[in-house]
Amino acid sequence: MTTFEAILLTIVTASTPLLIAALGELVSERAGVLNLGVEGMMIMGAACSFAAAVTFDSTVVGVLAGILAGVAMAALFALAVLGFAANQVGSGLALTIFGIGLSGLIGAPFVGARRDPIAPLDIPVLSDLPVVGRLFFEQDLFVYGSIALTVLIALYLGRTRSGLTLRSIGENHGSAHGLGLPVLRVRFLAILFGGACAGLAGAYLSLVYTRFWAPGMTSGRGWIALALVVFAAWRPAWVLVGAYIFGTATVLQLHAQAAQFGVPSQALSAVPYLATILALLLLSLRRGRAIGAPGSLGVPFVPDR
Amino acid sequence: MRFELTPRTTVSPVARAVAPVAAFIVSFLIAGFVIWLMGRSPIAAFNVYVVQPLSDPWSLQELLVKATPLALIAIGLSYCFRANLWNIGAEGQYVMGAVLGSWLALKTHGTDAGFWVLPLMLILGMIGGALYGLIPAVLKTRFGVNEILTSLMLVYVAQLTLDYLVRGPWRDPKGFNFPQSVTFDPSATLPPVMEASRVNYGTVFALVAVLVTAVVLGRTLFGYRLKLTGDAPRAARFAGFSSKATTLAVFAISGGLAGLAGISEVSGQIGQLQPSISPGYGFTAITVAFLGRLNPFGIMVAALVLALTFIGGESAQILLKLPLDLTQAFQGMLLLCVLAADALVSNRIRFVTRGGGK
Repeated sequence: MTTFEAILLTIVTASTPLLIAALGELVSERAGVLNLGVEGMMIMGAACSFAAAVTFDSTVVGVLAGILAGVAMAALFALAVLGFAANQVGSGLALTIFGIGLSGLIGAPFVGARRDPIAPLDIPVLSDLPVVGRLFFEQDLFVYGSIALTVLIALYLGRTRSGLTLRSIGENHGSAHGLGLPVLRVRFLAILFGGACAGLAGAYLSLVYTRFWAPGMTSGRGWIALALVVFAAWRPAWVLVGAYIFGTATVLQLHAQAAQFGVPSQALSAVPYLATILALLLLSLRRGRAIGAPGSLGVPFVPDR
Repeated sequence: MRFELTPRTTVSPVARAVAPVAAFIVSFLIAGFVIWLMGRSPIAAFNVYVVQPLSDPWSLQELLVKATPLALIAIGLSYCFRANLWNIGAEGQYVMGAVLGSWLALKTHGTDAGFWVLPLMLILGMIGGALYGLIPAVLKTRFGVNEILTSLMLVYVAQLTLDYLVRGPWRDPKGFNFPQSVTFDPSATLPPVMEASRVNYGTVFALVAVLVTAVVLGRTLFGYRLKLTGDAPRAARFAGFSSKATTLAVFAISGGLAGLAGISEVSGQIGQLQPSISPGYGFTAITVAFLGRLNPFGIMVAALVLALTFIGGESAQILLKLPLDLTQAFQGMLLLCVLAADALVSNRIRFVTRGGGK
């Protein structure tokens, strides 16, 4: 395998968790709920999946545990913002702070443990093609799953009745409620779906990307996923594009660090964060402000208001 | 069975005052349950977290020391949050304040520079924090970029900048290769308030910030403007208040106070620059601001309460082998409970049995 091929493979690995987490957040935001707790749900997914995978020596159990952890965290968030109509921004922040702390507790006994790599799928013949073979036909299941998820979510939001309901609740919860649409139920499910995706993204990080657990290992990926949703203007296909651009930036930055050409490593580590700011800036220059954001995004819903 | 919320027409002031206390008790019970799940005694933990720090004079001093940066940062954040602007990058502004202030300390190191060094350092610290806080504000007012994401991304950039400086150009050449700067000269050190005390003048700055903020928010047009901008942005526009000017002002204030907290810690408690100069003060201050209901005196009390979780967390780590992460988990839980309790104060909760309807 050439270095070039290796870089392309790591780009896919780096982009996949961003894509999965951002897709979940996209669905939740299209339903009108801004969940800033992605980082917290993601790191809980990473900790719980790793802990479960090591304890039961099973990747499948690990992945399920990661998803479950994300859903549990999301349920807590849903209780605050739907049940108690609490401020969404504040509750999301709280969820992140809580998740980072709790994941440290859960992961503590597993620091230093390692998991074996997950064998990629090997599609006969096709994977033997030069360059594209390994890239397109010899990835792990998550990668194919994440791309399928993008398509499914795009179809769901754009082509199904239930997707239309979800979008209209996100655009104007008052009118939707007036029409008799179940605002809180749809939002609850959308939040849980976002949590499941964030948990899965976290599981991918600790089980596939690093294959170990370290406190704070998401290092802002949840926040970058949030930025990706804005970057994509709430459209699934653009989340895919954005995630791969960011994955590429992250990987090139890592390779630049390894190549050591005179730039301080900290400057290179700052690249993904600066790139996020730059992307948000360029986007607003091009498209004017906040176009595409669901109308009721971030507004608590209290019936009879 | 499910429950429904309906907005209350009148809000009882008693409920408003009780809500944060109730939130604190609820999160304490949850934390106790978690500790019990981990196979430790919740009562022993309560003793270590709350009773011991409050019954020992040395810990009481430490409480003030830890509460000081929390109060300074949270007071600044309260300006932003009142105007419904979300500065969540206080941690970065704290670091950048510490960096710019320390620049002068390192520049004048060993030169017998006079009394002017420390005041100038404090001013530079405020400027550093304010300028760093203005980045998300300018991006928001000029380009409409979401301030939540940019202010947070800048935290990582600030931490990496500090890391680069203390491992690279600002490293103490005689420091046995430890990533840290030289120890500041006495003229660049924030002195204690009293002889042989750990409490330094940073605490005085925090008290001044509380008093000034109480006056500004309660008695000035600027305070009214913040409230109006936060509660009714349209009305604020009609009243001729520029939301751009407000945004820039509150970010500069909150960044400046975070920067002051940063340089006070570095020149006071720590005495040199290190890769890590904060146990997450900037994030904990968000909880402090909400627990204190964005009220300066409330924030003062809330800062002491959360300072207790830091001190208790440290001793619980030593005495009970409870990981330090428990503190952060508790702080997140507390913020969630505070926000839920606040919502309950302004909304009535009603239980509805399925099929019962309205």
